Amino acid sequence: MLSYILRRLGLAMVITVLAVTLLFLIIHMIPGDPVSTMLGPRASPELRAALEERMGLNRPLFVQIGLFFFNMLNGDLGTDVFSNRQVTDIVLGQLPYTLTLILSSITWSATLGITLGCYSAANRNSLADRLTGILSVSMIAVPAFVVSLYSLLIFAVNLKWFPAIGAGEPGNFSDQLWHLVLPSLAIGLSWVGYIARLVRASMLEIMGEGHVRTARSFGLPERWITYSYALRLAILPTVTVIGVGMGFLLSAAVFTEIVFSRPGLGKLVIDSITTRNYPVVMGAVLFSTLIFVASTTLADIVNAVLDPRVRSSK
Amino acid sequence: MPDLLQSEVLPETSDNVLDIRDLSINYGTPRGELQALRHVSMSIGKKKIVGIVGESGCGKSTLISAIIRLMASNATVQSGEILFKDQDLLGLKEKQMRALRGIDISMVFQDPMQTHNPVLTIGRQMVDIQYRDKLSKANKKKRAAGMLALVGIPDPEARLNQYPYEFSGGMRQRIAIAMALMAKPDLLIADEPTTALDATLEVQIIKRLEELQDEIGCSILFISHHLGVIAELCDEVVVMYAGEVIEQGSVRDVFHNPAHPYTAALLKCDPGHIKEKTRNLPTIPGEVPDLVDLPSGCIYQQRCTKGFARCQSERPAFRQINGSHGVACHLTETDLSKETSQQNEEGITS
Repeated sequence: MLSYILRRLGLAMVITVLAVTLLFLIIHMIPGDPVSTMLGPRASPELRAALEERMGLNRPLFVQIGLFFFNMLNGDLGTDVFSNRQVTDIVLGQLPYTLTLILSSITWSATLGITLGCYSAANRNSLADRLTGILSVSMIAVPAFVVSLYSLLIFAVNLKWFPAIGAGEPGNFSDQLWHLVLPSLAIGLSWVGYIARLVRASMLEIMGEGHVRTARSFGLPERWITYSYALRLAILPTVTVIGVGMGFLLSAAVFTEIVFSRPGLGKLVIDSITTRNYPVVMGAVLFSTLIFVASTTLADIVNAVLDPRVRSSK
Repeated sequence: MPDLLQSEVLPETSDNVLDIRDLSINYGTPRGELQALRHVSMSIGKKKIVGIVGESGCGKSTLISAIIRLMASNATVQSGEILFKDQDLLGLKEKQMRALRGIDISMVFQDPMQTHNPVLTIGRQMVDIQYRDKLSKANKKKRAAGMLALVGIPDPEARLNQYPYEFSGGMRQRIAIAMALMAKPDLLIADEPTTALDATLEVQIIKRLEELQDEIGCSILFISHHLGVIAELCDEVVVMYAGEVIEQGSVRDVFHNPAHPYTAALLKCDPGHIKEKTRNLPTIPGEVPDLVDLPSGCIYQQRCTKGFARCQSERPAFRQINGSHGVACHLTETDLSKETSQQNEEGITS
């Protein structure tokens, strides 16, 4: 088990390094010169040279990448070009908002999705199963930003049940929770459908396998077989999908944070890209990458915990 | 058992653990009703081992799934009863039936690689099936380890903590047998338990099963298409063909003196019986009839080499020819004038 986890962590590091390098190159390929964006077209050459020096843009690209990694290991992601604040501080200040949003979304949607999926599989071809199926597909079909806009319009503007913008008063937990409802609904909704379909399909497959028949032939209660014996197996693909799905959740969070004017990584990335604030973009994207790599690695480890066959595989 | 039930039962059945009478089961298919079992009657005596032989699709699996009441959702019981210790299993509520499973009737399945849940330890699964007992977990584990030792698994305490994938196929089938016999059932149904194993293992497992049966004193319904194993292990044998019982009796009678042409052909095809070197193994020409659209007359007549006119028009009744030896074939009928299918109508209850 330990060697499995170590191998996964090693792989995660390799992926992170590759991803960061790639991101660095992509950001530098974005058209538009940061110096002229920031200083305007009529800046003096001295001023331009000074800014280039400060941002490190006058050095060769590979040196820039090397320096970035070196500083990253020391926890230094550079300084914001405008405010001179530490990028690490800026990103860490925004990170909790995005993490809360993503984790709350996936938690409620996975709970509901797994429950619906199990119910559908247990009552296959019933009216409830068909309704769940139709609902699931409609949920999958609607993009997060559409749900964002309409839920904003219906529940915040017309019905005034929930606040429309922001993330709530810092320190006021219930206010923050109140502000979380609509964005979390927007991001999680399609996942409910997706996970319900996935769990239903794998449950049906597992329930037809020989070991379920064995459990039945020993008179184990059906509920026990479904939730303790079969779900343990049926959940495995779902865990992997959720792990990989963190990437999609992050991109959904970008839209949602903008629609609800919520602070967070997504809003930070968009704001800093439009101003060509390279250090902040890199910092924000780096943390998004880390979230993604961490979630896929975690999914692998959870899989190994649940499935002894994965643990022992080389 | 309540006296009320006892009075309805014929006196001769009290010695039997299982009595199946006139059982007919259909499967609803898009092509129509598939008559998988038709008027099947058989019984299993106390401490007896009864074998069922027949080729694929003859209804063996339908029969055992009906006994343990784990039938496919499209299966419907058309007629008949399954009396287990004088109560009709088909009339039991699901909860009552579940109380019997694993305790009074248990099963060993064909494919040991599919029998156990792959993500739970063998110990957990063996403890879970004792969930009805009010023993401590430690005691349940001890009992499980004892059973594993009994089926010949070395170091059973340690192996309880292992997962199914850490055992070989033969080991897993031993575990399956240990699990099935843990509650000392009255009836063990073994559905081709050795088909997935190689020949050496097969002999070992059969031997072990025989010893355990003797020790526990249960009856066994043993399904196999391996005639050698049936001859070795069983007291009685039931030959099934296309959803009907066509011959049954003691192993000695049926194997040495087969009365039905199908049984005779089956024995001829058994590689164990072939003494001389041949290029081609013998087969029974023709195919099993379509069970959705049944032919009239004898079910075997299309493949039978000894058929005559009557076989095409009239279904032969199952009749005793010599003690417990019974057969459904016109060839054995001495009194051809009045014997028709009376016997089948007698058993119909619904």
